[in-house]
Amino acid sequence: MLQKKNLWWLLGVALMVAFPLVVKDPLYTSIGFFTLVFMACATSWNMFSGYSGYIALGSAVFYGTGAYTMALVSIHANMAPGAAMFWLVPLGGLVAMVVALPFGWIALRVRRHTFVVITIAVFFIFQLGASNFSFTGGTSGLALPFIQWGSSYYFIPFFYVALVLVIFITAVSAAVRRSRFGLQLLAIRDDEDRALGLGVKVTSVKIVGFTLSAFTIGMAGALYAMEQGQIYPQFVFNPVFDVSVALMAFLGGLGTLTGPLLGALILESSQQYLTVSFSNGSLYLILFGSLFLIVILFMPQGIVVYLRDRLSKKAELDRAAMKTNDVAISGGTN
Amino acid sequence: MTVLLSAQNISRSFGGLKALNNCNLEVEKGSITGLIGPNGSGKTTLFNVMTGYVRPDSGTVTFDGTEITGEEPDKVFARGIGRTFQLTRIFGRMTVLENMLVATQHDEGWLRSMTRSKSSTVDVDNAMEWLEFVGIARLATLQAGSLSYGQRKLLELAYVLVANPDVILLDEPAGGVNLTLINQIADKIRTLNAQGKTFLIVEHNMEFVMNLCHSVTVMNQGSNLVSGKPAEVRTNPLVLDAYLGGDDEEVEEVVNG
Amino acid sequence: MTGSVYALMATGLTLIFGVMDIINLAQGILVILGAYLSYALQVHLHIDLFVGLLITIPTMFIVGIVIERAFIGRLKGPEKTAMSILVTYAVSLLIEGALNMTFSTNDVQLQGWYVNKSFAIGNVHFGYIYVAGFILAAVLLSSLYFMLYRTRFGVSVRASLADQTSAALVGIDVKRVSTICFGIGVAVTAAGGMIYGATNSFNASTSYDLISRLLTIIVLGGMGSLGGAMLAGVGMVFIGDMVGVIWSPIWSSMSYFIVLTIVLLIRPQGLFGKQSVRVA
Repeated sequence: MLQKKNLWWLLGVALMVAFPLVVKDPLYTSIGFFTLVFMACATSWNMFSGYSGYIALGSAVFYGTGAYTMALVSIHANMAPGAAMFWLVPLGGLVAMVVALPFGWIALRVRRHTFVVITIAVFFIFQLGASNFSFTGGTSGLALPFIQWGSSYYFIPFFYVALVLVIFITAVSAAVRRSRFGLQLLAIRDDEDRALGLGVKVTSVKIVGFTLSAFTIGMAGALYAMEQGQIYPQFVFNPVFDVSVALMAFLGGLGTLTGPLLGALILESSQQYLTVSFSNGSLYLILFGSLFLIVILFMPQGIVVYLRDRLSKKAELDRAAMKTNDVAISGGTN
Repeated sequence: MTVLLSAQNISRSFGGLKALNNCNLEVEKGSITGLIGPNGSGKTTLFNVMTGYVRPDSGTVTFDGTEITGEEPDKVFARGIGRTFQLTRIFGRMTVLENMLVATQHDEGWLRSMTRSKSSTVDVDNAMEWLEFVGIARLATLQAGSLSYGQRKLLELAYVLVANPDVILLDEPAGGVNLTLINQIADKIRTLNAQGKTFLIVEHNMEFVMNLCHSVTVMNQGSNLVSGKPAEVRTNPLVLDAYLGGDDEEVEEVVNG
Repeated sequence: MTGSVYALMATGLTLIFGVMDIINLAQGILVILGAYLSYALQVHLHIDLFVGLLITIPTMFIVGIVIERAFIGRLKGPEKTAMSILVTYAVSLLIEGALNMTFSTNDVQLQGWYVNKSFAIGNVHFGYIYVAGFILAAVLLSSLYFMLYRTRFGVSVRASLADQTSAALVGIDVKRVSTICFGIGVAVTAAGGMIYGATNSFNASTSYDLISRLLTIIVLGGMGSLGGAMLAGVGMVFIGDMVGVIWSPIWSSMSYFIVLTIVLLIRPQGLFGKQSVRVA
């Protein structure tokens, strides 16, 4: 069965690699690019928040930090516009991690509910900071070295780099899931205090998980900045980003591996398509908010879990029959 | 006759309520010690203090000669002190086997724990052995949340044992469970005790306590009242007094066993 | 003085959280909605702002009830609070979109003869609107207190605030109490919105700044503590205004979060919050 799963993954990757070569229209390549960016972010977000249950609604902090790192370094190092700037992408991720450490250290000392609120608060600090400090260009943002690759295949290199990011974070996420570290995160989700009583170093696990998830989101932000060529604080530090990433993970299935990928695929591609079709920004807000509500209220577990439950129901019924045979063990008031 | 785990003059108040009042407790190495007392006497609070979940206002907790007062629960566990909870706490969304693997102790940093697979053969074998011991090995792949109450109690016992602790604190292991299972649990405790493990057990089931424990401490209103062999404690007038303030049934049990 | 308004709105948030374990992220946009309602009444029907409150407060109360019934009430289980954050955020996006479409994204400000005038006592000038706002907030807060401590309903609320399970066990209809509290929490935004709208120019996206300040206030005061919310509200606005005057208005919002961070480092549960107990 393990072989079959791997085959599906390979197929998916192959399809994505082939995509820009088959579909020549740069519009679709750009949609593909943004979709991949969000797939990476959602998976990275899920790696911490989904596994541990600590819903972080300030991940735009990492995205924006990555973006500004890319912008500031490329500007001040007087870099020539072009592929060399791709090297700054991992740097963006690293800087995001540096930010995540103190951020996590403060935010993770409190209980879950307060944690969410703090992530939002820190997010606003960053947004305000970026809008007001002069070195970040204030509200007019920053303009990066202008890359002239021609509009017909401008998005293609970005597409492939984003694909690499997605493959990277998916592999890391899968590895975490299989590891002892991942087990500890899941234990924290179910009963943090119990986990503590079983020797799990809860605080350090949480901080490490949080910081780790910042890396890829930071890289995604840096990549975005490079692609856009011009960044504004309200777009890279965007509250809608925070919620979108969470929503994608929820939609697909919190805590699963394929969930965030699926969620991002569905949401981002449709959102991109809608933004292009309906230029009215407010309508998009209404649609987005409504979709959000529908998902949360009617499918809180997400698509992947829903499907999986249906399939395992049969297996459960078989096992239940086995349970009633053993008298001594099945004692108890329940 | 060495004392392995002890609490000295523990006091703890919650708001206006003094839950523990200069409480003392000694647990001999290799013994099965019982901790009994009417409801509200502070037994679970004492457990919480001894395992680091609650900080005492004053007093000390000592383990094997070292003071461990106020240490975090994960450190207490790493020292070899395991405990179960009155209302079973398991990781509902993980499988039974995964529950066991959480407790497997490895002295490693986070980096190592990320690269190490959660189901390394050694760990799985160890976990399965303990699951066999308590009798729920065949439930290993089920989601822990689907277990019955009795099965959960066994799981809680098992995953505390996985790390091979020296002392095990059990909070009402026989609560809400049928007779057959109670006897099974008592047997398991005796077997483990014969292998050298020390037990401290809070219980209301008098028969269970009297038949199993080497020595018993009675608590009342946050303080320790009497300690001694079960037979002595049972007939002590102070103990009867403490219980007379409470349930008649409990008094019956204490007197008649 | 505007601190009292923030205190009022923060109290609404805390009430909702304390009774229902729900974090209402839509509070900010609801304040703006209240402000727009006052605006619409004034511009189209020429109704005075304070008189208009007689309409907007009950209206917002109903809006609150509707939101609670339709969306929040369905939430249950261990993830309730986390879900409530996402749900209320979605609702706020919806309302924001609707407001943008109805009123456009241009800044507006509520008008009235008292808005820009002030009177003087000695050498100190008091803006009419600020004084009126303060009185309004004081009136509402004291009615809230009166309700909580002198009425039977208030007893139910305080019981639910303390412990929902126990409250249910003694026969309190926690669901009904929750719905009404949500309604009250939202109705309060009508008043807050009117004052806010009269003292600041706003549009739908001002809600982000508002909600972030409100959240900071309730975390600072300690989640679930009404007294804490009020104190933190007044305190934070005072600090924010001082910072705005001494350095620059830009830093005013930043100061909120910086203070929050510092306080949380020392006291993770906020000023008056309950220390999280980890016991069995």
